[in-house]
Amino acid sequence: MTIRHHVSDELLIDYAAGTLEDGWRLAVATHLALCPDCRKGLSLMEEAAGQLLEEITPEPVAISFNRLRQRILAGRAPVLPAASGAGPAASGRVASPVLPEPLRSYVGDDVKNLKWKSLGRGAYHIPIATDDGTTMVRLLRIPAGKAVPEHGHGGRELTLVLGGSFHDGEELFARGDLEEADTSVQHQPVATPDEDCICLAVTDAPLKFRSWLVRLVQPVLGI
Amino acid sequence: MVIRHTVDAVPACMTIAISIPAPVCPDTPIPRPWRDCAPGLVVNMKRGRMSEAARDMTPEEARALLEAVGRDRDMEAFEVLFRHYGPRVKAYMAHLARDSGIAEELMQETMIAVWNKAAQFEPGRGNVSNWIFTIARNLRIDTYRKNRRLDFDPNDPAFVPDESPPADAVFEELQEAERLRSAMAVLPQEQLELLRLSFFNDCSHTSIAEKLNLPLGTVKSRIRLAFFKLRAALEDGQ
Repeated sequence: MTIRHHVSDELLIDYAAGTLEDGWRLAVATHLALCPDCRKGLSLMEEAAGQLLEEITPEPVAISFNRLRQRILAGRAPVLPAASGAGPAASGRVASPVLPEPLRSYVGDDVKNLKWKSLGRGAYHIPIATDDGTTMVRLLRIPAGKAVPEHGHGGRELTLVLGGSFHDGEELFARGDLEEADTSVQHQPVATPDEDCICLAVTDAPLKFRSWLVRLVQPVLGI
Repeated sequence: MVIRHTVDAVPACMTIAISIPAPVCPDTPIPRPWRDCAPGLVVNMKRGRMSEAARDMTPEEARALLEAVGRDRDMEAFEVLFRHYGPRVKAYMAHLARDSGIAEELMQETMIAVWNKAAQFEPGRGNVSNWIFTIARNLRIDTYRKNRRLDFDPNDPAFVPDESPPADAVFEELQEAERLRSAMAVLPQEQLELLRLSFFNDCSHTSIAEKLNLPLGTVKSRIRLAFFKLRAALEDGQ
């Protein structure tokens, strides 16, 4: 598997800094599970952050070392054993799930056991609740050869392909590929004819418009 | 007359009980617990470029100390690490948490985790400062999250492992860290500043751009340029 479309540095640095909201973080973390290249990028950023931490102007701590030592000894927190370094367990690798972690746990199961809701024209989706209040997350299943239902969105949109593939008019996106789009990008992705395309789509949460007219058309614009 | 007291529930399982003030970045729609970018977007750093003189512990020394903690539960080695990293982690937390009591508590939790996890440190996976940064960052995320932190899991059967052959871990890693350090030492100040702001202030690039009075595209391209150079520096050595 060769991943061609990666996380941008701007997005990855926010992941490395720990400042992404749940929706974005879910898409980036799931891409990282499939993309060793981006995990190298993440390591580089964390190493850079560590070096900057060395250079930060220190702030005096309030606790004495003796007091901290007492806290450690009193806490008797479990001393964690050395990492095994064994990598993924060879056993239990019967069938590889379509949804990698952390996505699989977040939605509760792998795709075949999920309840898909029809969007019409053979397309299905599963809205995924987050409590970050700023993103809208869903799984989409687009029938082979069909276009992704047209949708209006403002701001950033991340689409991570998990099964099948789609073509956005210029490029092909297959499993693990992450498309990062914003309002300036006009696209009408079409699932490739061989199999249904399953992807994770994250967008900015729809804005709450005050105008009754906009509220009236919003359900039409939102997929 | 009935007097009602409203008491915020504090989960008993948490060691850190924090009431969350909510100043926000201008474009952040929900309250966030971390410090606003204002005023002035200052990340308090030793001025100028990455300095050699400021470093009073070499990466090799830090590594040796941490390994002594992991292997021998060496309290003296841990004290040296605490005196070096405690005030740095405190400063990191203080940039992000509004309240210095919170910063202190999170610093202590970080250093206790360093003690508890020392044996898990893998010398082939980066420097001690990197490892401590990730512990501090994760603790910070976990403190303020309702759900569990969303991370990839190397033991997941769907996880795609790196197929490239593992490097001669420790030696290679030290060399890479050294090359990265040299590359950071010559990064233009404006790029370094954006890395600091991204890592140490919980601010979107949009708010960083507003505060620095720069186009958003410039902020993004400086971040990209910085990592382009850092990647190039690492590849040069191979």
